[in-house]
Amino acid sequence: MTRAIDIQGIRKAFGANAVLEQVDLSLEAGEVLAFLGPNGAGKTTLVKILATLLRPSSGGGRVAGFDLLKEPERIRRQVGILGHGSYVYEDLTAQENLRFWATMAGLPADAGALRKALAAVDLEMVAGERARTFSSGMKRRLALARILLGAPRLLLLDEPYAGLDQQGKKWLEELLLDFRGKGGAVLMATHSFGRGLSIADRVAILAGGRIVLNRPRASLDLEELHRLYALATDDDA
Amino acid sequence: MTRWLGWLAALGLLAGLAMGFGVAPKDAVQGNVQRIMYVHVPSILTAYLAFALVLIASLGYLFTRRTGWDRLAHSAGEIGVVFTGLTLVSGSIWGKPTWGTWWTWDARLTSTAILFLIYVGYLLLRGMVDDPERGARYAAVVGILGAVNIPIVHFSVLWWRTLHQPPTILSPERAPVSASIGLALLVNGVAFALLFLYLLSKRLALRRLEEEIRA
Amino acid sequence: MMFARRAWIVLWKDLLTERRSKESLNALFFFAVLLLFLFEFALGPDRERLTAALPGLLWLGFILAGLLGLGRTFLVERENDCWEGLLLTPGDKGAIYLGKLAVNFLLMAAVAIVLLGLFGIFYNVDLWASLAPLSIVIFLGTVGLASVGTLFGAMTSQVRARELLFPLLLLPVQVPVLLGTVKATEAVLQGLALAEVGHWLKLLAAADLVYLVVGILTFEFVLEA
Repeated sequence: MTRAIDIQGIRKAFGANAVLEQVDLSLEAGEVLAFLGPNGAGKTTLVKILATLLRPSSGGGRVAGFDLLKEPERIRRQVGILGHGSYVYEDLTAQENLRFWATMAGLPADAGALRKALAAVDLEMVAGERARTFSSGMKRRLALARILLGAPRLLLLDEPYAGLDQQGKKWLEELLLDFRGKGGAVLMATHSFGRGLSIADRVAILAGGRIVLNRPRASLDLEELHRLYALATDDDA
Repeated sequence: MTRWLGWLAALGLLAGLAMGFGVAPKDAVQGNVQRIMYVHVPSILTAYLAFALVLIASLGYLFTRRTGWDRLAHSAGEIGVVFTGLTLVSGSIWGKPTWGTWWTWDARLTSTAILFLIYVGYLLLRGMVDDPERGARYAAVVGILGAVNIPIVHFSVLWWRTLHQPPTILSPERAPVSASIGLALLVNGVAFALLFLYLLSKRLALRRLEEEIRA
Repeated sequence: MMFARRAWIVLWKDLLTERRSKESLNALFFFAVLLLFLFEFALGPDRERLTAALPGLLWLGFILAGLLGLGRTFLVERENDCWEGLLLTPGDKGAIYLGKLAVNFLLMAAVAIVLLGLFGIFYNVDLWASLAPLSIVIFLGTVGLASVGTLFGAMTSQVRARELLFPLLLLPVQVPVLLGTVKATEAVLQGLALAEVGHWLKLLAAADLVYLVVGILTFEFVLEA
C-alpha cells in the first residue's frame, strides 16, 4: 500500500522567519503518529502544509499517494484536517452544515446519508439543532462527521483532544482506533503527553524546525520520552 | 544596461526639451502655455505603457508564480502612477491659463484621474496585505481588472461628457498638427519611454536588493 | 452540473443564514431610510434641485449601501472560521464566486427596490410609469456592482484594514457603472424610451460581462491558501 505521508526537505519561511527548516517524514497506512513539540515549534504549520493549506517554501514529496506540489486537489479528496477551526457555521443546524460541506465536496448529500454520518458521531439527536448551541466537543464531533463523509485515507489532527471532557476523549480515541483498523493513517499534533500517546504507533518530536526524534512508541517508555523531549526543546530555547 | 538607458533617456529628454520649447512653433491661440503638451501627452502615453506592462506581468505571475513577474508588475505600477500624476499636474498647469480653472471635468482629464485612483488603490492593496505571496496574487487580480476596465472607463467618461452636451471648444489635444509639432511630440514620446524604461530597471534592481536584504 | 450545484448550495447557505440572523438586510434597509434624510437635509427644501438630482442620489445611495453590504460577503466565513474550509473544497472555485454573487445580487436588488420605493414616497416622484425600463437599468447596475464587489469582498476579507481598502478598490472601478446607470435613469425618468440610451445600456452590459468573466476566472487565485 502506498505511504500515507512521504515528504522530504520541507522548509517553510514567512518572510525572514523560518518556521520549518528541514522536515523529512513518512507515515504508513494503518499507522498513528503522535507529533510532539512546544508551542510555536511549527506543528500547525506542518499540518497545514500536509493538508495543502500552505505551500512549502521548498521541499516536497507525496501525501496520500499524490504529489504535494503538483496534485494538491487530489490530496484534498483523500485527506481530512481537523484543526483549530472546525468549519462549522453557527447559524446552521448540524444536518445543514453537513449538507453544505458534502455538496461542496461533491459527496452524496441526501438526508439519509447525512443522518447516517451524524449517527456515526453520536449527533443524530441534535441533527436539527443550530450549531450555535453546541459545546466545543460537539462541534469537534460535527467536524469529524464532515471529514469522515469523504472517506479519507489520512487524518491530520491538530490538538484534537484540547477542550474535550473525559468522555469526549474516550470517544475520540475509539473513533481513531476504528479508523486505523480500517487502514487509515493518522497524524496527530499535540503538545501534551496525555491521551494522544496511548494509541500512537510512532512518536515524533518537532523542535527547532526539524524532526529530532521519530521512533516506534513501543521502543520508548514514558520517562525516556519526557527526558528526550526536555532535551530537544531545551536545545531549541 | 541601466546606465546606457539612463544616458539615452537624458539625451532624449534634452532633445525633446529643445524641440518642444525651441523648434516647435508657438501656438496661435494659447501661446507658449501650449508647449506643456509635450510633457502632458507623452506622460499619459507612458502611463498607458506602464499599465499595459502591469497587465502582462500580472498574468505572467498568476500563470508562472515567479516573483520576477510580481516585481515587474509592482515596479511598473509605481512608475505608472507617477506618470499619471504627472499627466494630471501638467494638464492642470495647462488648464489654468487656458480655461481659467485648475481643474475641469473634461473627458480626458477625468479618465486619467480615475486611472490614477485605480492604480493608487493597486499600490495601497500591496501595502496592506501582510503575506507577500498573497499580496502578489491579489495585486495581480486587481491589476488585470484595472487594465480591462480602462477602455470601459474611457468610453463611459467620454459619452458622459460629450453626448447631449456641446463638445469642449478647444480640447487641448486638437491643436493643428504641423510637421514640427508632430516631430517634437514624437521625440518627447520616445524620450519619456526611455525614461520609463530607465526608471523601471532602476526600480527593479532596487527591489531585488531589498528582497535580498530581507532574506 | 457539479458547478451549478455548488454555486446553488453556497447561495442556499447564505440565504438561510441571513434569514435566521437577519443582520444584513434589516441594517441596510434602515441605512436606506437614513440616506433619505441625509439627502433631504443636504439639498434643502429646494424641490426642483432635489428632483433634478434624483437619479444621481439614487445611485449614490445604492453605491454607499453597497460599500456597507458587499464588504461583508465573506464575513460569515471569517466569523465561523470556515474560510479554510472553502479553500479546501475541490473543483472550480468559480462556483463559490457565482453563489456569493447571487447572494449579493439579491441583497443589492432588494436595497435598490427599497431605495426606489422610499424615493417615490418621500420625494413624491412618479415611478410607476417607468417601472419596466427602470428595472432593466437596476438589473444592469446591480450586476455591475455585485460582480466586482464580490471579488473585492473576498480579497479584502483576508486583509488587515479591510473596511478602508474595500471602498478604495471598489469605487474607482465602479465609475463607469455609476455614470451609465445615472444617465440611463435620468433619461427614463424624463420619459424617454430606453432606445435613446441604448449605448449606455450596451456599455453597462459589456462592463457587466467583463467583470463577471474576470471574477469567475480569477476567483481561484483569490480563494487560495
